[in-house]
Amino acid sequence: MEFKFKDKERARDLVQLINRKVPDRPVKIVHVCGTHEVTITENGLRSLLPDRIDIREGPGCPVCVTPTADLDAALQLARDGAIVTAFGDMMNVPGTDKSLKELKSEGADVRLVYSVSEAIKIAESTDREVVFLSVGFETTTPMTAAVLANDPPENFSILPSNKLIPPAMKSLLELPDNDIDGFIAPGHVSTIIGVEPYEPLVKNYGAPIVIGGFEPLDILYALALIVKQIAAGKPEAENGYERGVDYGGNRKSQDLIKNVFKVTDSRWRGIGNIPESGLTLNSNYENRNARQRFDIDPEAGQESPPNCLCPQVITARATPEECDLFRETCTPKSPYGPCMVGEEAMCNIWYRYGGRPKL
Amino acid sequence: MNEEKEEKIKITDGAGGRAMDRLIGDHILANFSNVSAGEIGLGELDDGATIEKENGGTLVLTTDSHVVNPLFFPGGDIGKLAVCGTVNDLAVMGAKPLALTSSLIIEEGFPTSKLDSVLASMENSSTEAGVPIITGDTKVLEKGNMDGLAINTAGLGLADKPISDAGMEPGDKVILTGSIGDHGMALMQYREGLSFKTELTSDIAPLNDLLSIAQNAGGITAMKDPTRGGIATVLNEMAGKSGLGITVKEEAVPIKEAVSGIAELIGISPYEVANEGKAVITASKETAEGVVEEIKRHSLGTDAAIIGEVNKDWPEKVIMETEVGGRRFLEEPLGDPIPRIC
Repeated sequence: MEFKFKDKERARDLVQLINRKVPDRPVKIVHVCGTHEVTITENGLRSLLPDRIDIREGPGCPVCVTPTADLDAALQLARDGAIVTAFGDMMNVPGTDKSLKELKSEGADVRLVYSVSEAIKIAESTDREVVFLSVGFETTTPMTAAVLANDPPENFSILPSNKLIPPAMKSLLELPDNDIDGFIAPGHVSTIIGVEPYEPLVKNYGAPIVIGGFEPLDILYALALIVKQIAAGKPEAENGYERGVDYGGNRKSQDLIKNVFKVTDSRWRGIGNIPESGLTLNSNYENRNARQRFDIDPEAGQESPPNCLCPQVITARATPEECDLFRETCTPKSPYGPCMVGEEAMCNIWYRYGGRPKL
Repeated sequence: MNEEKEEKIKITDGAGGRAMDRLIGDHILANFSNVSAGEIGLGELDDGATIEKENGGTLVLTTDSHVVNPLFFPGGDIGKLAVCGTVNDLAVMGAKPLALTSSLIIEEGFPTSKLDSVLASMENSSTEAGVPIITGDTKVLEKGNMDGLAINTAGLGLADKPISDAGMEPGDKVILTGSIGDHGMALMQYREGLSFKTELTSDIAPLNDLLSIAQNAGGITAMKDPTRGGIATVLNEMAGKSGLGITVKEEAVPIKEAVSGIAELIGISPYEVANEGKAVITASKETAEGVVEEIKRHSLGTDAAIIGEVNKDWPEKVIMETEVGGRRFLEEPLGDPIPRIC
């Protein structure tokens, strides 16, 4: 049997199921993944659902949640003469006074890389210090860990800004005005961490968490499972993406991360400090930490530019449309806040696909 | 943040899309005042301009400069592009192309053998389209002052009744003459050096014969060739100029499997990349089926399909009905799409 991920009839069945099960009140469901947001917006899924279901993107875009302080550190390293390497989207995020791209145009040696291995290649070809701005969630971190464990050149270090998804979800549930009825958990991250880390969240906060894949039917399926749980009053951590996620996750990747990194408190743009929500290098790899190797000013820059609603957007408390700057002074071509930078970012996605009109 | 800095032209300003609209509006149209010799002039931003003849008939004039990286690509080269691009600009204005010009700007050191193959390819396309190249100009620039070769062609055509890109009416059907994204994705695949091999080649072809057949079927209200910026740009332009809306059915839009494969891999939408042998046509709902049938009989139009319709519900907007049944805007791309990084 051919299984089509975009089958219209299956979509209709799932939407009908959601319609039948969803309670007769506003229901707010948050996902934590830029790729989910693209699937939802590109396929017009919101238009298929009843108005009372409100789907928001939470802190799911690594570029958006990286705090200004980490960008400022990277800018400082580049100014001091190191070769700073970063993923494409990070180049455009404004730090306190400018972005890495702007610093590059002034002559600093900042280079765009597509993977951490590319940064290693650069380090192999020079005697200068090469620093990799290491951002990302559980999905990207194993690769960085593997590279560090594999004896990279002496002149290579990383600026660790790696983050963990479950503590960020927890922080949203702990907000005083929390009104989240359920989470779609990110498929890629869950491939690595499995289902288990979500279980304590469901137990302590009572909101269903369902892991979702990336095709439109995957998202509708995850939504259906969430509203079924809400209707039954039995929240649980459920795997709605079984072809991609095992209950225990990917043990090998988990070991790679544990071998090189350790859990630490971490600042998230828009949220602030979240206990045990980030990763830094453990004692065996401390000499690879650019923060140890160089003298970096730990002073945090401002969280986000004035009047930018990014902090509220990241915490699922506002949509891009609620921001006065959206589409006016803040566009993908000239981003004012971090949520407009990069193709995973909520404001950027809403800009490109025309937001969430009533169609 | 950068108010103090002098504004400079960016690469996205030339890539079709909204950035280019601003460049043209704020600079080109703002500086020229004597801009028309007939009904359709520079201000209309159509594919060409018209000059009405006293004894009936309308001359259509168009010009296009061609640069492409690489100069030779799967399915064509810059020479074929230079001829077909200009022929097609005349054809979508409803004109029969009469003659072309050819201006070559060549960088010092450019291999003669390559120039010969480009010229031979212009000759082939001119023969295929049945349009002579009747005058030209040649310049050689010092090495480093440009990159290889650029070709400008102008074209003159004659129309009984020119077809603008703004003429669609509510209820009209939107016709696409074939699959989208072939040219853009073939180039993208070649540039990115993607390791897998596909049979995908550019769709580059002269459309004058096909579009004249389509016109004879009757009821056509607007035509446009979706080159840079793809059909996302062209549909938005047509909606914007007519003040009407367009609804597109995603499942009706012909896309080759190789194109959607590359699109998925590099994260670029087939709706936003160039086509060089396709046209978007609007026709009245009574005649649209007949137009499609005629187009399908032509070798360049076998995949033609009705992909949507014109309405008044969302003026100047294009709405996409997605395969799963959702609805969203199909927005004009911001500039040249670049492959996704992560």
